[in-house]
Amino acid sequence: MVGILAADADFMIHCLKKLNIFGQEVYLTTTHVSLLIICVGLILLALVVRLKLKDTEGKPSGLQNAMEMAVEMLDGMVKSSMGKSAVKYQNYIGVLFLFLLFSNLSGLLGLRPPTADYGVTFPLGIITFVLIQYNNIKWNKVGAFTDLFKPLPFLFPINLIGEIAVPFSLSLRLFGNVLSGTVIMALIYGLLSKVAFLWPGVLHAYFDVFSGAIQTYVFCMLTMVFISQKIPESK
Amino acid sequence: MGNITNEGLVLACSAIGVGLAMIAGVGPGIGQGIAAGHGAAAVGRNPGAKGDIMSTMLLGQAVAETTGLYSLVISLILLFANPLLGRL
Repeated sequence: MVGILAADADFMIHCLKKLNIFGQEVYLTTTHVSLLIICVGLILLALVVRLKLKDTEGKPSGLQNAMEMAVEMLDGMVKSSMGKSAVKYQNYIGVLFLFLLFSNLSGLLGLRPPTADYGVTFPLGIITFVLIQYNNIKWNKVGAFTDLFKPLPFLFPINLIGEIAVPFSLSLRLFGNVLSGTVIMALIYGLLSKVAFLWPGVLHAYFDVFSGAIQTYVFCMLTMVFISQKIPESK
Repeated sequence: MGNITNEGLVLACSAIGVGLAMIAGVGPGIGQGIAAGHGAAAVGRNPGAKGDIMSTMLLGQAVAETTGLYSLVISLILLFANPLLGRL
């Protein structure tokens, strides 16, 4: 069953090279390659924009204007949902937003989106979880633990599960959305050789651009909302 | 009917299970539709707050989508990393 599907529709993660590090088998997969390309692209973009910003002669050019607009938009987004504590998180949320956006849009370039690999989204969820609990303990001190017993003491297990489920639901949401888009696109590309009825560009616009941008926004927004919930009077 | 292998039976039942699991896609669809409808009504009542309404609606829809995505993950696990085959 797997063989038939995988031959026609190609959406699995492929192993490109098998490494042997300290007796442990490490697979270099398509996810690594896509991640590397995206990171190099982002770093190059940052370097180019930095060079442009240093050049103070004359009027600012197109790229500088675009980047300043983007940065202002991101900062405004963080500020509107985190209030006073926004300054500390503008950098992290900005980087997260750009990384996720480029990852989700990388399907347009023929890469397999790295966010369609649970090994990429789960660490991001873990980072959010650590940030949430760090702020919880930093601001609420002992209240962080007594809050688990808050409405009624016997609700403790449910509250605990609610706290632990956050990284899983965050990462599964991103993973599921991007993966479902990738799977559907691969199925349609597999179908193209048999019944070429529609050029799937329209679907790229939905699954990669629209869905990817929405999920990027949602992930960043939920991270900010969860963190600012734990900070008293952050609004 | 006598020549069904154990593996074939498990695979066939898994395929039926995948189809049944994806019925869960109905719920998020209804929920997102209701959220979008109320969002449209809110914009009609107060067009000035369109940005806030949009972001709140999208956030709520994304959270409502989670149950559908859980069923998607379960069906993908059944299709491509079937844990039941290992039990044979």
